[in-house]
Amino acid sequence: MDNFIAARSQMALSLGFHIIFSCIGMVMPFFMAVSHFIYLKTGNVLYKNITRAWSKGVAIFFATGAVSGTVLSFELGLLWPAFMEHAGPIFGMPFSLEGTAFFVEAIALGFYLYGWDKFNKWFHWATGVVVGVSGLLSGILVVAANAWMNNPKGFDFINGAYLNIDPIKAMFNDAWFSQALHMCIAAFAATGFAVAGVHALMIYRKKNVSFHAGAFRIAAIFACVAAILQPLSGDISAKNVARLQPAKLAAMEAVLKTETSAPLIIGGIPDSVSGQVNYAIKLPGMLSYMAYGDFNATVKGYDQIPEDQHPPLLITHISFQLMVALGMFMLLIALLYLVIILKKKSWQKKKWLLKLFILATPLGFIAVEAGWTVTEVGRQPWIIYGIMKTSEAVTPMPGIPYTFYIFTAVYLSLSFVVIFMLYRQIKMVDKLYDTPLYTNS
Amino acid sequence: MLYVVVSFLWVSLWFYLLFGGADFGAGILELFTRTRNKSRTRRTMYRAIGPIWEANHMWLIIAIVILFVGFPAIYATMSTALHIPLIIMLLGIIARGTAFAFRHYDAVVDDMQQLYSKIFTWSSLITPLFLGIIAGSAVSGKIDTTPENFLEGYIFNWLDWFTIAVGCFTVAICAFLAAVFLIGEATGEKDKRRFIAKAKTSNIAAFVAGALVFIAARYEDIPLTSWIFGNWVGRLSILLASLSLVLLWYLLGKGKVKILPLLAGFQVTMILLSVTYVHFPKIVLLKGGNYLSLMEHHGEARTMESLGWALLIGSIFILPALFYLLYSFRKSAKKLAGS
Repeated sequence: MDNFIAARSQMALSLGFHIIFSCIGMVMPFFMAVSHFIYLKTGNVLYKNITRAWSKGVAIFFATGAVSGTVLSFELGLLWPAFMEHAGPIFGMPFSLEGTAFFVEAIALGFYLYGWDKFNKWFHWATGVVVGVSGLLSGILVVAANAWMNNPKGFDFINGAYLNIDPIKAMFNDAWFSQALHMCIAAFAATGFAVAGVHALMIYRKKNVSFHAGAFRIAAIFACVAAILQPLSGDISAKNVARLQPAKLAAMEAVLKTETSAPLIIGGIPDSVSGQVNYAIKLPGMLSYMAYGDFNATVKGYDQIPEDQHPPLLITHISFQLMVALGMFMLLIALLYLVIILKKKSWQKKKWLLKLFILATPLGFIAVEAGWTVTEVGRQPWIIYGIMKTSEAVTPMPGIPYTFYIFTAVYLSLSFVVIFMLYRQIKMVDKLYDTPLYTNS
Repeated sequence: MLYVVVSFLWVSLWFYLLFGGADFGAGILELFTRTRNKSRTRRTMYRAIGPIWEANHMWLIIAIVILFVGFPAIYATMSTALHIPLIIMLLGIIARGTAFAFRHYDAVVDDMQQLYSKIFTWSSLITPLFLGIIAGSAVSGKIDTTPENFLEGYIFNWLDWFTIAVGCFTVAICAFLAAVFLIGEATGEKDKRRFIAKAKTSNIAAFVAGALVFIAARYEDIPLTSWIFGNWVGRLSILLASLSLVLLWYLLGKGKVKILPLLAGFQVTMILLSVTYVHFPKIVLLKGGNYLSLMEHHGEARTMESLGWALLIGSIFILPALFYLLYSFRKSAKKLAGS
């Protein structure tokens, strides 16, 4: 493995790991706030127990997300010093604001986790809401920084120099809104389905049903609303990519030849030698319509993009297909669930529905990882789109494969431990929470 | 605005040393606690740092963001040359943060606790050791931006007797801060005496390590003595630190603990002031007499302005909330100690 590939792998690994924890850390507080609100309004201890059980999970995920985020803020420089040297002053604005948002989140979490029965109950509840809001804000800001790499704005690039820097313009680049919207909804969908899936499994096994059913209802409604909204934000994102990064769109959709009224290619394995996409379903004109709102629009293909600027085709295409397919599947589950609850039928007795939710537990996160793969791999070979290539940014320090191996080992073992801990949390639900007499705070 | 940004950088390093340092120190103390007292040390520690421990480590993030936004050349140079110690420090941060959370939130209490504790206490020692090493290498003048070989470029620019001594000194300071802060948190008379003893030991350790820093500096041809005693700020701050040290030992002997944390914080502040003042604004000394300066290697005016405003606005949110957090949990801890 050479240094460059190792550096990219290490970055991908660190981001891929961090994204899961940060999604859960920013979404779970909203679930807790709802459950906590129900408890405060109705006095039903069941919801207090759900809130407390979840808050332990959040503490574990937040701590892991915080350290992996700290690592990332260093890794940017450790792996891509040349990138940071030029990009830091331009796209630093969202990072400096994110520092504040993240700090507020940590403080509010301190109040929330340790504040049971110590403060006015509504103040305590509000600190939980602050955790969620500032977490969401951090997420939006970090995505805005990433969006700048896709749509670098707020400076003039003249003879290799970055002049007339305007950090505010850089932050509000043309990609920030569509990316942040898509990511936030994705975080709600992924976390919602993951949490709902775990509780659905316990209901399916008939363990502590009232506890898990209460928890399931809250998570599932968030998940379903997000899953229904997500295709709409996906459409905004797709149009944005089409406008700003035609090469990425070409890779996502495996457009090898420039075409008017280009077909939407579903599935398939692109073969860049023959210029064909094998085993694919093609919907004529649909890609032109989805990307530009016009069935006859021209979609730029790989043939009109210089070869040294082609993003890796296969990975981008497959990741995109995977993300869309999983999104559609979650949309389907969401619609089924909503129909059932709107008809006021009992979902708990429908085993097939529980099974669907159990199956969907990891799918949201797989879609999130696939989506980030599309964004990041689809931007290659650029680290700053059209300005700096990733290979120019990599650290001169040799031996990066070794740090990559170490980080892989660390993140793998951490993942195992976190899963192990969650397993133990769930196993202990009977002992800790499943009694109406449980009042000990 | 440049001065606002530089002040925030100093303040975040200062707070990280004080609060993050005490936090590391709590783990170091646990490492050096006899097995039978370990669980009591741990309980006191959770009561003291539990609510604010996440916040304590945010200062490092603030500092690093200020560096990469405002002083990108400095950030890029340091993260290239000091890649290896930074990686070790990061591994320490990962291990420590997760082990702390796992230990506290694991629903089942069994043998895993010992593993979490082992990871937590050892990483509490290793992380500040490497933080000290990194700080030491910034001023040891061995960072070479165009190295001839791997060892010179990435190993011996940070690994020498001076940086190791600075690392040990940092560890001792962290332990000292934690011991002093924890005295006030102890619930029983016996625990209080234990922490007083620990404060004394770690203070002696810090003194010895500090002396070693000077010896190592001499050995490595680093003019540390003239840096610190060559100007009146350095002389004054060391004098004040020494005077407050005498007072601290007197109060420790009397068992009067109320203002001890303030004294310990004051001493550490004076030490940080004396070592940073002489170098300001040269934050990194490079090989061959070159340097990286906060006054020269910063971003464009627009960047510094928006960074400064972001920090000022941010501190309006952060500082009151943080102080209220500290205040309210201090109050409830007192209630607990009283009952």
